Amino acid sequence: MQHINSGDTAWMLVATALVMFMTPGLALFYGGMVRSKNVLGTIMHSFIMLGVGTIVWVLYGYSLAFGPDKFHLIGDLSWIGLRDVGMAPNANYAATIPHILFMAFQMMFAVITPALITGAFAERIKFSSFLVFMVAWMTLVYSPIAHWVWGVGGWIRNLGALDFAGGTVVHINAAFAALAAVLIIGKRKGFMKEAMHPHNLPMTILGAAMLWFGWFGFNAGSALTSGGLAAVAFVVTHIATAAAALGWILIEKIKTGKPTTLGAASGAVAGLVAITPAAGFVGPIAAIAIGFTAGIVCYLAVGLKFKFGYDDALDVVGVHGVGGIIGALLTGVFASTVINPAGANGLVHGNPALLGKQLIAVAVTIGYTFVASFIILKVIDAIMGLRVSEEDEITGLDLSQHSEIGYALGGFGGGTLEHGASGSVFQPETSSEPSYAMQTNPLNERL
Amino acid sequence: MKKIEAIIKPFKLDEVKDALSSIGINGLTVSEVQGFGRQKGHTEVYRGAEYTVDFVPKVKLEVLVDDNLVSQVVDTIMDAAQTGKIGDGKIFVFPVEDAIRIRTGERGSDAM
Repeated sequence: MQHINSGDTAWMLVATALVMFMTPGLALFYGGMVRSKNVLGTIMHSFIMLGVGTIVWVLYGYSLAFGPDKFHLIGDLSWIGLRDVGMAPNANYAATIPHILFMAFQMMFAVITPALITGAFAERIKFSSFLVFMVAWMTLVYSPIAHWVWGVGGWIRNLGALDFAGGTVVHINAAFAALAAVLIIGKRKGFMKEAMHPHNLPMTILGAAMLWFGWFGFNAGSALTSGGLAAVAFVVTHIATAAAALGWILIEKIKTGKPTTLGAASGAVAGLVAITPAAGFVGPIAAIAIGFTAGIVCYLAVGLKFKFGYDDALDVVGVHGVGGIIGALLTGVFASTVINPAGANGLVHGNPALLGKQLIAVAVTIGYTFVASFIILKVIDAIMGLRVSEEDEITGLDLSQHSEIGYALGGFGGGTLEHGASGSVFQPETSSEPSYAMQTNPLNERL
Repeated sequence: MKKIEAIIKPFKLDEVKDALSSIGINGLTVSEVQGFGRQKGHTEVYRGAEYTVDFVPKVKLEVLVDDNLVSQVVDTIMDAAQTGKIGDGKIFVFPVEDAIRIRTGERGSDAM
């Protein structure tokens, strides 16, 4: 048995917490972009995945993804409920940290990946159907693909395609599930007819900043050790993100005349997505090329939804799908064994074969996730319906799905308080005497 | 008794309020409104998608005055709210049948 390395373990504990922080970051990133009547519903789609994703992962998801291989396609159920996943390292995955820590790190990936999809069907999905979809998707799509790419014995891993931190498993996977969802659930009422402004861009910028911060754990943590490789992944992640934010606002300036904050935030996320598969395999200059390309191409890609008439509400396909494909393919171009001897050389280092493998990994992921997600969504739609009623959609998800509102600014009347059982302390004041608060509030005195 | 309703540029509100106070107007009602007239709206761009926003934010202010004060109040509002550019707003004058102070039940000019 290998010995636990305290430096590696300390770093991976921190990295795991950093990746956890990305999901609430995503919640704010998405939440700011919807209309104010859907802010809580949208935030909830991401936030509750910390609940759903965690429980599914612990019960059987981790075992399906990383458990002992069956037919190069799926893990078996021998680690169900985290049986045999303990303090001793598992040398197949990470030889110097506790196995349960590797599991926890992967758990945060399994939480955020399905949450990424939610931007596509924002502002119109029924919460109950959303929950069912998420459980089914983690079981039938995420766990198998994670096994193919990362599991020992997985067929894409055996193929030799490179994916350092999850460009295919996380981003391409989520994005093409999102495309299937967009096709099945249909457009938001009023799409392309009425303006659907982001209601709180400062919230979106804060979310993007949290994603950027958490992504250091995502990419540098994927080294699974603390040392040179983690440091390189950390630095190229930052460089690509910077280049992508600049690339996006540059093309935006050329195309529409003004650089925007939403553009800077979107570009940063596109850069983070694109560098994800490449992080442990490329150097700083390649990172600039990857990020800059992603910033420009993703900007052009998000405009396509209006041409096709697909209502990918928050551009999951344009940013994560296109950014993920750019990253996977450019990994095949720029990867170098100088950076990572365990990787491979790419096109510019004399090995065109890697690009072919990257292409296969991308195509297979797109094909499987699109078809499987499409079927899952069709079945759920037939059984319980995916969409909220038209009336609920107009009201907004906050009130119709969760009975609350995001902002109580001004407005008239507080309504009456009905809470708890009869006689509870929360019962409204029924006596005819004015309440204590009414008498002493100086505001009331003045009025 | 007349109600004077003025639609003005929001940043002019304080000047108008101070000018009205200085001629002895001691009460008015203000609301944030949106509308369009000759002043054009503006364009917003989100991820390359352009939205035209037709409605321009304005402030609506309502003052109740005795008939003999109408022209003075109208002139005061005009002076204070004017910038000379399109979008300065409008002033409307309406007849008012009665006014009642809720606390005391006073009516007409006494309620103002």
